Amino acid sequence: MTKKKEKQKNTFEKICEVIKTMASKPSGLIGLTILIFHVILAITSPLYVPYDYKAIDPTLMLTPPSSEFWFGTDSLGRDVFTRTILGGRTALTVTFFGSLIALLWGGALGIFCGLVGGKIDDVVMRIIDAFLSIPWILAMLLIVSLLGTTTLVLIPALGFFYGKGIVRVARAATHDVIAKDFIVSARARGHSNLSIIWNEILPNVRDAIMVEGAMRWSWMLLGFSSLSFLGFGVSPPTPDWGLMISNARGLMSFAYWAVLAPIFGLSSLIIGINLTADAFAKALGIDRSTKAPV
Amino acid sequence: MDSAVQTINNLTIGFTSQKGKQISILKNISTTIKKGETVGIVGESGSGKSTLALAMMGYVKHGLYTISGECLFHSNNLLKMKNKDLENIRGRKIAMIPQNAGQSLTPNLKIGYQIDEALKLHTDLKKEERDKKISGLLNKVRLPSPEIMAQRYPHELSGGQQQRVAVAMALAGNPELLLLDEPTTGLDVTTQAHVLELLNFIAKDTGTSMVYVSHDLGAIAQVSDRVIVMYSGEIVLDGPVRSILKNPIHPYTFGLLKSIPKLTSPGLPDSMSGSQPQPGTIKTGCSFYERCNLAEDNCKNNSPTLEYIDGLNTSVRCFKYKELINVKETNLDTVKSINNHVLQNEILDISKVSISYAKQKFIDQLLNKIDDSNPTVQDINININKGETLALVGESGSGKSTILKSIAGLLKTKDGMIKFDKDKVLSNDLKMRDPGFLRAIQLIFQNPDESLNPNHTVEEIVSQPLRLYFGLKGDELKQKIIEVLEKVRLGEFYLTRYPRQLSGGEKQRVAVARAFAAKPDIILCDEVTSALDVSVQAAVLNLLQELKEDFGTTYIFVSHDLAVVRAISDRVAVLYQGRLCEIGPSKNVYQLPSHPYTEVLLGAVLEPDPDLKPKLVAEDIVEEKPPEKGCSFQGRCPRILGDICKNEVPPWQIGENGNSIRCHIKVEDLKKQQNIN
Repeated sequence: MTKKKEKQKNTFEKICEVIKTMASKPSGLIGLTILIFHVILAITSPLYVPYDYKAIDPTLMLTPPSSEFWFGTDSLGRDVFTRTILGGRTALTVTFFGSLIALLWGGALGIFCGLVGGKIDDVVMRIIDAFLSIPWILAMLLIVSLLGTTTLVLIPALGFFYGKGIVRVARAATHDVIAKDFIVSARARGHSNLSIIWNEILPNVRDAIMVEGAMRWSWMLLGFSSLSFLGFGVSPPTPDWGLMISNARGLMSFAYWAVLAPIFGLSSLIIGINLTADAFAKALGIDRSTKAPV
Repeated sequence: MDSAVQTINNLTIGFTSQKGKQISILKNISTTIKKGETVGIVGESGSGKSTLALAMMGYVKHGLYTISGECLFHSNNLLKMKNKDLENIRGRKIAMIPQNAGQSLTPNLKIGYQIDEALKLHTDLKKEERDKKISGLLNKVRLPSPEIMAQRYPHELSGGQQQRVAVAMALAGNPELLLLDEPTTGLDVTTQAHVLELLNFIAKDTGTSMVYVSHDLGAIAQVSDRVIVMYSGEIVLDGPVRSILKNPIHPYTFGLLKSIPKLTSPGLPDSMSGSQPQPGTIKTGCSFYERCNLAEDNCKNNSPTLEYIDGLNTSVRCFKYKELINVKETNLDTVKSINNHVLQNEILDISKVSISYAKQKFIDQLLNKIDDSNPTVQDINININKGETLALVGESGSGKSTILKSIAGLLKTKDGMIKFDKDKVLSNDLKMRDPGFLRAIQLIFQNPDESLNPNHTVEEIVSQPLRLYFGLKGDELKQKIIEVLEKVRLGEFYLTRYPRQLSGGEKQRVAVARAFAAKPDIILCDEVTSALDVSVQAAVLNLLQELKEDFGTTYIFVSHDLAVVRAISDRVAVLYQGRLCEIGPSKNVYQLPSHPYTEVLLGAVLEPDPDLKPKLVAEDIVEEKPPEKGCSFQGRCPRILGDICKNEVPPWQIGENGNSIRCHIKVEDLKKQQNIN
């Protein structure tokens, strides 16, 4: 038991150290701040939004930003500020769980293919290649129109489509370590494949897969917003950036605020995730080089 | 003859640590390279010898910088020179030959073109003159048929030939100073001897000064006039090669020479305790203090300076060198002879084993059959007794590691059978093997950096076999891990360390501990000491021998180093191109008459003694594939009889000393021929 606790403590210390390293560079600090800000906003915003996001008021149609309506109102007279700070909730939740699924299945399949190699690897990778050649948005549209636009459909569907790329990365990372003697040694001792994956390979490819997963998250966010933009993501009146941009884009020439606010929300989140993922990768990389003996 | 080519004055190079402290890698180096002189710089890894060699070219690695001092090439300070001026010196006046020629040649350009590029850059010759010069250079480095060679790509040449091309490129600008950074380290024994002989010839022929950097005192002994011994970034000894190697007056060099296994005095060499201090950890006193047998309080508190001793023409950094001046050189040869308790009880029987790397055709795959008339390893018959150490010796490509892998079950055999403990046949397929047999045969690898998972602590590494084979858990497991680590002389505090926090020797100890944790009957050692420094190698060899005496384990020891093999083995099997040449008790195999290949190998061994020159009896070019028929060594054999060697597989003969020799030449004839030469 004590050993387990010790291990947990170790892992916790490690995470703290990585975050510290990430925050030590300006770009990492900015990225982390934006990301944490968005996450906090998504969790707490329903508690303090000034207006009801559904409340339609024809008399207030397309009011410009003012002290009453900070970001103005949209074509149905709804408060844009309220809808913007609520608009990231669905996107963040769906894409977070989506990338988690992508990470799990992509990582598992990639490591498995890298380990077994041979015919199985060939066949699986050709299937992945075939899937990669299908434009994902068409396939997504098909799935969503067949199964509906609930989050329970969107999460696994996005997770599946964004996991394909992770398969390749995980497989490549596995190939790097598979030829090393410690894997040969484990094989010669007679460990099972599962034990080799868990004990020997996973600790060595985990970093690469996690960084790839973080990158996928930002791409998935963009993808999800595109779906909403096309009308296949969340359904109105739920506030969502993609949907808001789609609704307001026709009126852009005289009511720019209704488009600008969700665009700002979406792009700042994506930039935040990207910077964080970059800093994360560097932190893990630098982590190694500074610890190596001189 | 006596004018200085390069003078280094008080050179200190270092870096700034993360905490903002200045840490020196090289400390106050002062030396002079004279015209026509060959200087050997020797030291273990981390001693700063490569940093010094690079500084001699005016290059300081990224992250390092010159703290003080200068590096004068004919009165120009290279370290202050602008890049543009350095271009005129590098390659033209000072050339460098890197360690791995295979990696330093551009793979997609022909050899001739690459030398031509060097010529274009460093000379003003016209096209025709350059073509002539290319042939001349290739001729000079003794590559056969230079015109054909110039049209080849680097991958079409052997390792030794690539190194020769690198030498030719370095000579293209007629340099005054040639820097060689471990130029023969990755090469086979015979190739190494040939390249060194070539370098000696070039030094004499062109009058170029050479700086030869190496960890290998054997190689240094063959080429240098003067030797500089480095330890922890300092010069500790600097003097003529003979006095340094025959009567070293610095305790570090003394210990280093003692820890090298030698053919002339077989047995386990003494090992030095401890390891070289990390840069920045020594504040006061002698950097060798902690490992020194002669050390006293004065050494701890005061740093010795480099003192010139007139009579010996040697500089030494030690307070107590006088105690070593009168030590007779014979004292260098104190070695422990091994004393294995071998039971006449066969533990492993390898009979008629062949292994092929050929790709299976589809139908063969279905029928689970390998169709290869000329397999990589063929017809291996070896019996190993319990408690014995059997060594497999040969150059790269001799199939020694391949045989180990198939014993471990990692490679399938094509024909033949491996039996364990008299009658238990080991399955060809790892998955079909009984777990008991897997436990009984453990592997130790060459490079501990590769064989230990970098993301596991020592505890996790050693726990793997204990959990797998004995199902240990919790406190019992931890107790056992500590017990195993103690056996390899590692304390409890190593449990939480990661491999990157350990030194090379400690890492290999962890690998040894992991193998012994399984309580194996047989341990397969695949070049276990070749990635280690000399003093560490001696310690690991001693450890392996002690563990063997404690547990009665059987070793199969693969190595290319004949001196190491001589030190640790009871019996030796010599392999060439996957075929056995000779097998027998090691003291007999190392005695002539022997198989011509053994003779070639023994002749090429480099001893750390400038008076023992290697004998080069055969070419160093190794064929890529074993010959289709006849004797495997026919291509290089200096004593080839004729067609019989090319057509018929030679028979086994019992040699004079009880060793079995596989050769067409009668043992009596071999004896005559080898004694004459």
